[in-house]
Amino acid sequence: MTSVNTSGSSLKITGGRLFDGYSEERDNTALLIRDGRIAAIGEAAAREDADEIIHAGNSVISPGFVDLCCNLREPGNGQKGNIASETLAAAHGGFTTVCASPETSPVNDSSAVTHLIRDGAASRSPIRVLPVGAITRGLEGDLLSDMAGLAAAGCVAVGNGSRGVRNARILRRCMAYAQTFGLTVMFSPENQALAADGYAHDGLVTSRLGLLGIPEVAETAAVMEMLLLAEETGVRLHLSQLSCGRSVEMLRDARRRGIAVTADVALHQLVFTEDALAGFDSRFHVRPPLRSESDRKALIAGVRDGVIDAIVSQHQPHDTAAKQAPMAATEPGLSSIESVLSLGLELVEMNELALPDLIRALTTGPAAVLGRTARLEEGETADICLFDPDAFWTPDSKTLVSAGRHAPVTHRELPGVVRLTLSEGRKAWPQTAG
Amino acid sequence: MTANDSSPHHLQLTRDGQLRHFLTLDGLNRALLTDILDTADSFIEVGERTIKKVPLLRGRTVVNLFFESSTRTRSTFELAAKRLSADVLNLDISTSATSKGESLSDTLLNLEAMASDMFVVRHSQSGAPHFIAESVTPGVAIINAGDGRHAHPTQAMLDMLTIRQKKGQFEGLKVAIVGDVLHSRVARSQIRALNELGAGEVRIIAPGTLLPKDVESLGCKVEYDMTRGMKDLDVVIMLRLQKERMEGALLPSEREFYRLYGLNQQKLALAHPDCIVMHPGPINRGVEIESAVADGPQSVILNQVTNGIAIRMAVMSMAMGGQVAERQQKLSERGQA
Repeated sequence: MTSVNTSGSSLKITGGRLFDGYSEERDNTALLIRDGRIAAIGEAAAREDADEIIHAGNSVISPGFVDLCCNLREPGNGQKGNIASETLAAAHGGFTTVCASPETSPVNDSSAVTHLIRDGAASRSPIRVLPVGAITRGLEGDLLSDMAGLAAAGCVAVGNGSRGVRNARILRRCMAYAQTFGLTVMFSPENQALAADGYAHDGLVTSRLGLLGIPEVAETAAVMEMLLLAEETGVRLHLSQLSCGRSVEMLRDARRRGIAVTADVALHQLVFTEDALAGFDSRFHVRPPLRSESDRKALIAGVRDGVIDAIVSQHQPHDTAAKQAPMAATEPGLSSIESVLSLGLELVEMNELALPDLIRALTTGPAAVLGRTARLEEGETADICLFDPDAFWTPDSKTLVSAGRHAPVTHRELPGVVRLTLSEGRKAWPQTAG
Repeated sequence: MTANDSSPHHLQLTRDGQLRHFLTLDGLNRALLTDILDTADSFIEVGERTIKKVPLLRGRTVVNLFFESSTRTRSTFELAAKRLSADVLNLDISTSATSKGESLSDTLLNLEAMASDMFVVRHSQSGAPHFIAESVTPGVAIINAGDGRHAHPTQAMLDMLTIRQKKGQFEGLKVAIVGDVLHSRVARSQIRALNELGAGEVRIIAPGTLLPKDVESLGCKVEYDMTRGMKDLDVVIMLRLQKERMEGALLPSEREFYRLYGLNQQKLALAHPDCIVMHPGPINRGVEIESAVADGPQSVILNQVTNGIAIRMAVMSMAMGGQVAERQQKLSERGQA
């Protein structure tokens, strides 16, 4: 990975609009970046010289996006992607920080695997990679992992990946143990016994097509159980990838009672519903499944009012064969990280979400879950995304960077082109040759 | 938001509305379903001849691709293809390639290399024939012989043919489907066909554990009590109950199921006196149906089997016809261009 801005060189962005999730939209006079930090903003920056000047025009300058759930597929057999390909895809999507899911092969349940991921990221990722450790060994849900060791090796949280929970007693012990070290636990709420062999929302479409359903209660029962256990153990709980309107209600109530709980939703849950499966389109085999229109609306409302802290990509790149089969035989997940911003901007266009809400859920919201900040202020780390909301691009095999070709929308124009992603002041996207 | 428009009914029809695949009854209108029934009627006569053959598929190769074992459906498809003068290849995939780890896509690539004209597909996964229809070379017709819990459209159409033979028409008919609707591809296709053809009422009679979520949205009413549900029926269709259902805690015992939902003479007496009794087979005597009813005067179970051959001849010849017409249209368009 070569970087244009070697330490000492400077870059200035003039014009554009500043959004950072903490304050109102501001018109940008100038933003100066030097030594990986925001050196000056406004008049002070305008007066300074820089090695490179970028004119933002009508583009938006936002903190770099933060993804709480991303699969980099490394370690793994390489067919589905690797750290280099998937972090570059993330940079293309405007992300400067991604949490690496523990669902690797082998699973990230030991400090050795965590070091492997961090070393890979240090040499081959243009952006920041924060590993999430497995809360149980092999993510099997039976034995505790060495959580303190994982944290010491650099894991920012521990979680169950996309696996559900089988046993409430083990769940309770996971939380109590994680709480000992002040670790955040990230749980995908799914009761495995209720989800059983299902792979689609148990509703109108599954009934008609004869698909095996995952009932809503597989999630809501797990959310309720986790909230009660979090309240009892005092652990900091983060609920990953909600899919049901009822879950948002329970979350809202729990917050009102003062439970330390945060949550995220995958962007595709805000855009698509069970109807996406109507033509047996295996691409939309995702987990949790796409649910009903009323669930989608409730999730959007949750993002709008901030009960849902973050929007995630839940990026799951696959080799083509993994998605080419009857739905039950395919692997779940979308190659989504490059279209999060664009699909989010379509929601803004349809007045379902306001642009500041979208940016907050992609930046300050997820950063706060990790105990970090994402500000555009003097002295802050220069993690920046510059995107043109009025420009268009078409996702296809030529434009997508990820090894996974199953993007949620392909061969149709989408709004929102990322012009520049800066990670600690270095150009992560676009990559220039040399 | 709908992600795409490749819904099954676009896939199975040519631009001018002819069948080119037969995957599901969704999206097929009453005129087309009636056309299938009428065509099947004309083939019934072929089965009564000494020489039971017509040359409609002469020189064509039909591959019976059964990923799930079946005796009756496969043999009636085979007979139907042979009566249409096609060459037939039976492949029992459940015991060969896929058990060696080959993916469905790879199996298909190999079979396509054999230059077949039609695949008759049975698969345990819902949507498999749809997936195959999307991936095969243009010109090859796919006929769904039952996929997972999704659809069994030829079975439903042979049932409709049997009902029409016995009742004359569909308007105003009260029809009940009894038993394991949740796992039944047959029931889903029947509900769809009965609604499209204008039946007066479709009732589902089953306990809550054997019903799909929001089943009423498919176009039927739910009745838990069979004695109430049998009232005024013109047609009662019994579904097969798999023995595994007890193990998954869906039902307590065969005995309790038979007592509550089995069809015996007393329950049948609650229906119209000329109510016909149907079953897609194979029947479980003493589990869902009493022998005296299965073999009784109101049973049309064996007529269903006979009609199965005619319906499959109709669907195969129509789909092949659609493929040929489409190819000719493309050739002539290319000629003009």
